[in-house]
Amino acid sequence: MSPQELQVQEKRELEKKQEATVPARTFVPTADIFETEAALTVVLEMPGVDKGNVDISVEDGVLTVQGRLDFSKYEGMQPVYTEYNIGHYRRSFSLSNKINQDKIGAEMKDGVLTVVMPKAEKAKPRRISVG
Amino acid sequence: MYHPLDALFQLQRALESRLDSEWLRDTTTGSGGFPPINVFQQGDNLVAILELAGVSRSDLDIQAKDNTIRIAGKKAVSYPENVSVHRRERLSGTFDRTLTVPMQIDADRIKAEYRDGVLALFIPRAESDKPRSIAIN
Repeated sequence: MSPQELQVQEKRELEKKQEATVPARTFVPTADIFETEAALTVVLEMPGVDKGNVDISVEDGVLTVQGRLDFSKYEGMQPVYTEYNIGHYRRSFSLSNKINQDKIGAEMKDGVLTVVMPKAEKAKPRRISVG
Repeated sequence: MYHPLDALFQLQRALESRLDSEWLRDTTTGSGGFPPINVFQQGDNLVAILELAGVSRSDLDIQAKDNTIRIAGKKAVSYPENVSVHRRERLSGTFDRTLTVPMQIDADRIKAEYRDGVLALFIPRAESDKPRSIAIN
């Protein structure tokens, strides 16, 4: 098997702090996070989630992303063979930078959500000259 | 009363219960390979649903012959230059899987839809494969 061959990434289930009244499963989207001087970017894989069903919030320094799966299209279909389960997605990250909340941008393409969070002015590194 | 969360839970249970199904085990190459496949029955026909988040439509190649469907392509993951990467979980690479269904299908009439990183293949059962009612004389 060549190292370039894609492997299946087993879906990870979200560990809930409280039990839900209905025990439907929620999954943790696979994520990449990278940072530039100007912004912090989080990329999340949420296959099956339409861009209209995504909620992004930053509260008390915690970024929370939720994606709701529209599973109505599965109506009337009987599974005969399955390799994965489906469900809503949710993941949170505590942010180490101050974020300019008004300027958070997000884009969805092929089931991948990219959230760009510009850092607040004062969080940007400052060059200090030695006098 | 219809409750969407109940409905999701029922669907999740149904998917779970078919996880060790023997239905395709011997015929589908790379079982457990990428991309993961779910197969559903919808009336006479089959629907195969594959999760391919991050794969561009133009990088997807689907072919069908007899009762075998091949799904090949590549997934690219890129970062802008001059970034520090804090977390790297997404994988990139190539894939090539075939799905062989245990019935005669109409390969010419397979329809593919790709949306939000999910590929749905609508696979019609061949007319010749459908059961016929036999009149008793």
